[in-house]
Amino acid sequence: MIATALLVAAKDLRIELRSRVLLWQVVPFGLMALLLCGLALGPAHAGNSSAGPGLYYLVILLVVLLMVNRSQAIERSPGTKSSVATLGLDPAGVFLGKSLALAVELWVTGLVLLAGSVLVLHTALHGALVALPSIVVTLGALAGAGTLYGALTGGGDTTATLLPMLTLPAFAPLLIAGERSFSDALHGGGLWQWWVIVVVALVAYLGVGILLYGVLEES
Amino acid sequence: MTNGASPVVALSGAVVISSGFPLLSGVDLEVAPGTLTVLSGANGAGKTSLLRLLAGLAALTSGSGTVAGVDLAEGDLRQLRRRVGWLGHEGSFYDDLSVRENLTFAARALGRPSDGVEPVVARMGLEQRINTPAKQLSAGQRRRLGLAWLLIRRPELWLLDEPYASLDDGGRIFFDALLGDVVASGATVVVSAHDRLRSDTLTPRTILMAGGRIVGDER
Repeated sequence: MIATALLVAAKDLRIELRSRVLLWQVVPFGLMALLLCGLALGPAHAGNSSAGPGLYYLVILLVVLLMVNRSQAIERSPGTKSSVATLGLDPAGVFLGKSLALAVELWVTGLVLLAGSVLVLHTALHGALVALPSIVVTLGALAGAGTLYGALTGGGDTTATLLPMLTLPAFAPLLIAGERSFSDALHGGGLWQWWVIVVVALVAYLGVGILLYGVLEES
Repeated sequence: MTNGASPVVALSGAVVISSGFPLLSGVDLEVAPGTLTVLSGANGAGKTSLLRLLAGLAALTSGSGTVAGVDLAEGDLRQLRRRVGWLGHEGSFYDDLSVRENLTFAARALGRPSDGVEPVVARMGLEQRINTPAKQLSAGQRRRLGLAWLLIRRPELWLLDEPYASLDDGGRIFFDALLGDVVASGATVVVSAHDRLRSDTLTPRTILMAGGRIVGDER
């Protein structure tokens, strides 16, 4: 399972390096969304750090949806899907591999957007650095949940519209916990109660994905 | 059976219905190991549906059958898929990966060393394109890459959907020679084609299909 996961993750990341979708589409989109959020807040709210974490995770939500779509699109071509199916890859390994690749891509994007948040939304740099570990774990959980729900939507033509509706209930606790822990990091509050939620969700989504990904693929 | 060996394919009254539409309407078929069979018929005759059933990519609605020793109704279709090779007419690989990367992925997915890739690439005449992304290959080169993927896999049953599409005369001759070698090595090949095979070197059994049924069998 681990060998398959590493193989699939390496393949997905290599495809990303080739296609540059993350670099030329997702990251600019995220930065533009952050900029628009800053403009919407207006200069009176510049440096208002209470809005920063929420806006950061709002943009992360949009970015995750784009990236989950992209992750599923890699396998969507009928010919590729059939050929890869005949390789008999362990579905649990495929799930973990796709989640890992998505997590790596999200970590890179999340880091760039965090820097953008500091620059555009004037989020305190020290608080952003303190929040970094919780952001890493939250984005990892979002990657697991996103991969699971991406498979659930079947990677078909309706994925782009179905995915936001299906994932919102799954993403909501993660986004709220991530935002709360980011806010606490900025204001010096305790982070641990939010970490527990995120870590439990991470383990739960990975566990469910390992168990069900094969069934979702077959259906 | 021609040589007394157990058939690789044995179908009895095979029916496949998808979304209420009958794709196969009672197919009886036996295919001996080490033979070349051509499924011939017009569009919608059921050739691709039959190939997908044999590949474990479509489920049997009723009837019975075994492929490569796996029961289509009760058996593990994942196990079947590992034993067959599938080449669809849509392309069978990751477009953003190079020839080498696609084949290395297939080799590693099967737990095989990747040093077998270059000889296969040379055999398929793709040495000059080994580092070219699949999406930049011509239609004929993409066919060769699909065949290289199968040569890496070395399945016992080759299922090729319209493999002659997009091939020029040189490509057809090359392809015929390859199929001859594959059959001579003991593998079984089932090919779909709109027309009867126009080959000077191969003498396949030709199954005529229409309306999801077998309407002729020429040996």
